[in-house]
Amino acid sequence: MISNDKKEVLEKLELESRSLFQDAKIRFFKNKAAVLSLVIICIIVLFVLFGQNLSQFAYEDTDWDLMQVAPSFLTGHFFGTDDLGRDIFVRTLQGGKISLMVGLMGACVAVVIGVFYGATAGFIGGKIDGLMMRIVDILASFPFMFFIILLVTFFGRNIGFIFVAIGMVSWLDVARIVRGQTLSLKEKEFIEAARVSGTSNFKIVQKHIIPNVIGIVIVYATLLIPNMIIFESFLSFLGLGVQEPDTSWGALVNEGSKVMDIAVWQLAFPGLFLVITLFCFNFIGDGLRDALDPKDR
Amino acid sequence: MLKFIIRRVLIAIPTLLVLISISFVLVHSAPGSPFTDDRDIPPAIMKNIEAKYHLDRPLIVQYCYYLKDVVTWDFGPSFKFKDYSINDLVNKSFPVSIKIGFLAFLFALIVGVAAGVIASLNQNSKIDYSVMTFAMIGAAIPNFVLAPALVLFFAIYMKILPAGGWNGGEWKYLLLPVFAMSFRYIASIARIMRASMIEVLNSNFIRTARAKGMSNSYVIIHHALRPAILPVVSYLGPAFVGIITGSVVIETIFGLPGIGQLFVNGALNRDYNMVLTLTIIIGGLMILFNTIVDILYAVIDPKIKY
Repeated sequence: MISNDKKEVLEKLELESRSLFQDAKIRFFKNKAAVLSLVIICIIVLFVLFGQNLSQFAYEDTDWDLMQVAPSFLTGHFFGTDDLGRDIFVRTLQGGKISLMVGLMGACVAVVIGVFYGATAGFIGGKIDGLMMRIVDILASFPFMFFIILLVTFFGRNIGFIFVAIGMVSWLDVARIVRGQTLSLKEKEFIEAARVSGTSNFKIVQKHIIPNVIGIVIVYATLLIPNMIIFESFLSFLGLGVQEPDTSWGALVNEGSKVMDIAVWQLAFPGLFLVITLFCFNFIGDGLRDALDPKDR
Repeated sequence: MLKFIIRRVLIAIPTLLVLISISFVLVHSAPGSPFTDDRDIPPAIMKNIEAKYHLDRPLIVQYCYYLKDVVTWDFGPSFKFKDYSINDLVNKSFPVSIKIGFLAFLFALIVGVAAGVIASLNQNSKIDYSVMTFAMIGAAIPNFVLAPALVLFFAIYMKILPAGGWNGGEWKYLLLPVFAMSFRYIASIARIMRASMIEVLNSNFIRTARAKGMSNSYVIIHHALRPAILPVVSYLGPAFVGIITGSVVIETIFGLPGIGQLFVNGALNRDYNMVLTLTIIIGGLMILFNTIVDILYAVIDPKIKY
């Protein structure tokens, strides 16, 4: 019986050889928490993008008759209204748009800068590598949240600026990881072959190094998104992020926390959306790490 | 050892200089000057004012004066509170932040390490799963959601704890802020401690110690704990930075008269000098703490060579 099973497994192994990404896909879809989180994130994204059509209100409009009323399907304010009579349901969706966009864009900026910086440092090596990583070390011990607040104080509040600032500060870890990977990759034969055939250094980094570190970068980027969302919400919570009438989940939680003793729905709904989204991104990130981590194979 | 410490301290100094320099450049690239006014100040008087504050000198000379001010701990007047200098305000609010931050840090460390050790000793039991669930929750809930939720529950519904305020640092007023501040770090430290403890407990020298007939508790306390705590020590730097950053939000929510609240008010009121000064002080504090942690790490871990 056992030997039969073994034989079957062996036959299977011989029959199909799977690529790294196929393998990762199978591992990922076995992880129930991660798959469920992925589904929830998709629902939240669709909801945030198209949920507006379910409501008759606009996010910056005031309902003069119904200020700070509790959630009700009769009035059409599914999540209630705030003290200015604005619909919390629509504002939560609008805030979600900003929060998710900041998360994705911030992670993208961080990944692009981090990958190029790390790959370059690791590939060149030697003294330049030492210097480049020294710079990363120095930047890493900076009080960045305070620094960004300093920037916001001096140069005004601007959502585009927040995108850049958030991306700029979070590329450091990406750069470190990519550099480590690159250091071990560049000793491999295919890099040597590329070099012998006269490929320029820039081309080698672009065509050979970066595609090979992309797996671990994807994992890291997924785990970066919730951090970016927290970061933006943190600034908005302090009143230094997005400006009225625009909003984000952090700004909504801030407004809600001021009136939570009389209008708890203002805190509960945006807070719930924020927390669920963060949870899901964490689970997806963990799932991807388990799926793509070469140590575990 | 001494050489390592000196080298580590020498690395911290340029970091601090970079911080001060960038802050300085930022302030001077911002449009306008503190003396810009709606009314025209006669050019002769303007010149006198600029001479007093060295604004007529080249930028590099101004930078030297600025460095001197930082070194001598003289940060000048606030742009918002006219009766106080920044030194007064900082001196008044610093002890508050230190007290809360220190308590939160200690609480996170003790509870986190204990939870991690207990979970690792009961691997795959109910205790283990509840600690890991807690760690997952802690990583996902940001402090600006947790703190209002805590106030809502304990202060508004249960009415057993005050919703905010300082009141001279009475313990009742400290409970919620300290817990809200340390929550995330309890979770992270527990997770790190559990993982490293499991790894250490499966290593050869622990098996040897057990084979020699030592009691379980002796093995854990005298052999396993020291190597297992190393990853936690290297996490202390980021945790400290996180707790200080979190203090900005926590102090705002609970209305505590600390550095964080001073900083936020400064930023909202565009009190340039205040924000700049606090960035430098807090940055300096973080760099100092990271240096201490690195040295501590070298002291605990005999494998590090200097």
